[in-house]
Amino acid sequence: MCEVGEDYRAPAGQPPPRPGREQKCVKCKEGLPVVVIRAGDAFCRDCFKAFYVHKFRAVLGKNRLIFPGEKVLLAWSGGPSSSSMLWQVLEGLSRDSAKRLRFVPGVVYADEGAACGQSPEDRAKTVAEAKLVLQSVGFPWHIVALEEVFSLPPSVLRCSAREPVGTEGAYKAAVDSFLQQQHALGEEQQSLPCPPRPPIRAGPPTAGQTEALSTLFSSVETLTAKEELLRTLRTHLILHVARTHGYSKVMMGDSCTRLAIKLMTSLALGRGAFLAWDTGFSDERHGDVVVVRPMREHTLKEVAFYNRLFAVPSVFTPAVDTKAPEKASIHRLMEAFILRLQAQFPSTVSTVYRTSEKLVKAPRDGCAAGTPGPRCLLCMCVLDVDTADSATAFGAQTSSQLPQTQPPVAQAEAPTVSCCCTGMGGARHCCRTEEDPRARVIEQLCYGCRVNMKDLPSLDPLPPYILAEAQLRSQRAEAEQIQEYLLEDREDEDARPGES
Amino acid sequence: MPAPQCASCRKARAALRRPRSGQALCGTCFCAAFEAEVLHTVVAGRLLPPGAVVAVGASGGKDSTVLAHVLRELAPRLAISLHLVAVDEGIGGYRDAALAAVRRQAARWELPLTVVAYAELFGGWTMDAVARSTAGSGRSRSCCTFCGVLRRRALEEGARRVGATHVVTGHNADDMAETVLMNFLRGDAGRLARGGGLGSPGEGGALPRCRPLQLASQKEVVLYAHFRRLDYFSEECVYAPEAFRGHARELLKLLEAARPSAVLDLVHSAERLALAPAARPPPPGACSRCGALASRALCQACALLDGLNRGRPRLAIGKGRGGLDEEGPPGRRGSQPSGPPASEPIPGF
Repeated sequence: MCEVGEDYRAPAGQPPPRPGREQKCVKCKEGLPVVVIRAGDAFCRDCFKAFYVHKFRAVLGKNRLIFPGEKVLLAWSGGPSSSSMLWQVLEGLSRDSAKRLRFVPGVVYADEGAACGQSPEDRAKTVAEAKLVLQSVGFPWHIVALEEVFSLPPSVLRCSAREPVGTEGAYKAAVDSFLQQQHALGEEQQSLPCPPRPPIRAGPPTAGQTEALSTLFSSVETLTAKEELLRTLRTHLILHVARTHGYSKVMMGDSCTRLAIKLMTSLALGRGAFLAWDTGFSDERHGDVVVVRPMREHTLKEVAFYNRLFAVPSVFTPAVDTKAPEKASIHRLMEAFILRLQAQFPSTVSTVYRTSEKLVKAPRDGCAAGTPGPRCLLCMCVLDVDTADSATAFGAQTSSQLPQTQPPVAQAEAPTVSCCCTGMGGARHCCRTEEDPRARVIEQLCYGCRVNMKDLPSLDPLPPYILAEAQLRSQRAEAEQIQEYLLEDREDEDARPGES
Repeated sequence: MPAPQCASCRKARAALRRPRSGQALCGTCFCAAFEAEVLHTVVAGRLLPPGAVVAVGASGGKDSTVLAHVLRELAPRLAISLHLVAVDEGIGGYRDAALAAVRRQAARWELPLTVVAYAELFGGWTMDAVARSTAGSGRSRSCCTFCGVLRRRALEEGARRVGATHVVTGHNADDMAETVLMNFLRGDAGRLARGGGLGSPGEGGALPRCRPLQLASQKEVVLYAHFRRLDYFSEECVYAPEAFRGHARELLKLLEAARPSAVLDLVHSAERLALAPAARPPPPGACSRCGALASRALCQACALLDGLNRGRPRLAIGKGRGGLDEEGPPGRRGSQPSGPPASEPIPGF
């Protein structure tokens, strides 16, 4: 493959020898190999397990973000990668004391059956299977239904400040003091895992909520937008669970392969500015809750083999795009493309992954440094839509401008955002005078979320917390606008500028 | 059912729908809108100041034909003068026909034409010779890498010969989108860091270059050429099927079918990529052989030619580059380019 940086090798006289029956594990040179990783490295069962576990712990140890004693929420979808992650945490916590993982885990499982169109019986069956697995794992677990987004508070969308990340010294000091504490408490207390507490649930979702959720998802026109919406709502829900129960970290089980696909998909969706947050090890855009991805160096192939060899339980849950044709959404297309390319050029996934490691969480050079701007309403990244000078602002303008001769459509039902504010963040007053609630929400979104919203003809089915927060933010912005004109020493005037 | 009325002049019947906005327009109005958008790109980005002598990279294909035509229409308004520069890479059966098309265009539009040939500039190396040389290594040929680097050098040289102050090329939005996809798939962090934006201002002795058609979608370029009845050469280069860009192109077509705004979204993403400082290319120094602007000891064109001359064509394509300072056996170092032009190596897009 024309990979940049591919080393020159003299043309080989004959192809490399194929692994024969007599070959031994490349690591210990003794055991019989059971699996071939990468290109031709055959491992025996024990060496493979050691390699796999070592990678998991190395990723956690290298980044030093998880402090001992911290409460960490494991986001479990039932799929192979997150099940593997769960298992690694379970094993890591039960090791002998010197090398033990030292955080306090909890598990959350989100039941998304309503969005995928599953019948209530199927949903109940899946949830029951999930419960079995969770009970056997033994951590405190939470099962939440996606319908609960309809009762989320708008504070979910606000980024709370968090204490600054500790330095290297602070991490070491924390570990040392934790160890001393444990030692003082005595041995017995360490060996027992905490008994499974009763599940914390808000009660089964009401039929009305389920109805509302399926209305929302069936109103979205394309599968791409559906998947993105589902991802957003799921993130908010997990964030809420984490905040309510005091978890400061969330672990997601994205594998290397999935992250490479996610990176290319985000690129195609217009989220190039946020790649480092979307695919990096840690994602601190929410402030107090940090999302980490400890499985990011395990390829899907390794995960699959590990799960099979060591009987890791997982639960199959159909997703929004199950059985969808390949061309149905950008996500499916990218997945099929990358996996096909991987079959032809085996280094594709690792190349994309390595490039993703070089991304930094900063605005591009030349953009104004200093106070970060407003954040996107849905994905909570700093807005990346520039003033009219940007090349794509112009391109987007030409694509969304509808000719003036079309009769003005009813404002609440505007199929596309036809005013010129799509591309330019600056000129907001023309929207304001029309009081178009849709435009008000759109202008608080980043580029990628705006493109997704185009496939949502009406914003009404959205969960109330989103619309409430949008309202609040625009009122606050209006208040700021008139702030300079208010005279402060008038006592008879009602000092409530936000209401109009 | 008769076609709707043109949305702009409302007199003629609409002849097409614009791919991005779905607007129905007649031929004349569409061409006028297209030209207006290119004008806006040039003016807003301050790409071509008045009085500029502009060298248009003309390959005979649809993009450079449309570019030359549009710039010729806009030249009085922008107060620029145009020269066509065509590059002859020496690809038999392909380039000759393309050059014939360029000559016809130059004659029809009365624009001065200069042809620069690889064989003349690079010591007898034509693309066919390069392809033969790289074919021996068994894996897919990387002759497209050579062609890209050397063509930009040749274009720069041609521009200098006509005394140009700016170089323009006909890359459209689809090209930019394919480039960013390709660079990610190949892991080319250096090019990713340099890419995006409307062109390079030109560092050191290099001429500033830009891409006025950068925001136009490929479909619109073809539509424009159709309505203006432009004569262009539409075959694919004989080496194109082996290029990696083909994968990116196929992916882009699929993405566009799933979401029409995919091309613009990719261009938006490319503009906003933030790469670590270590991934960016080091500040440029001077090539030790020809004195041109270079990030390493040798500029990329000299490095590639060096590899070719030593019979190790993949020498400069790879991480190591360690063999570059070796002295090859005396017999091999036959045809060195005498006094290669002092021009900058190519920043890829």
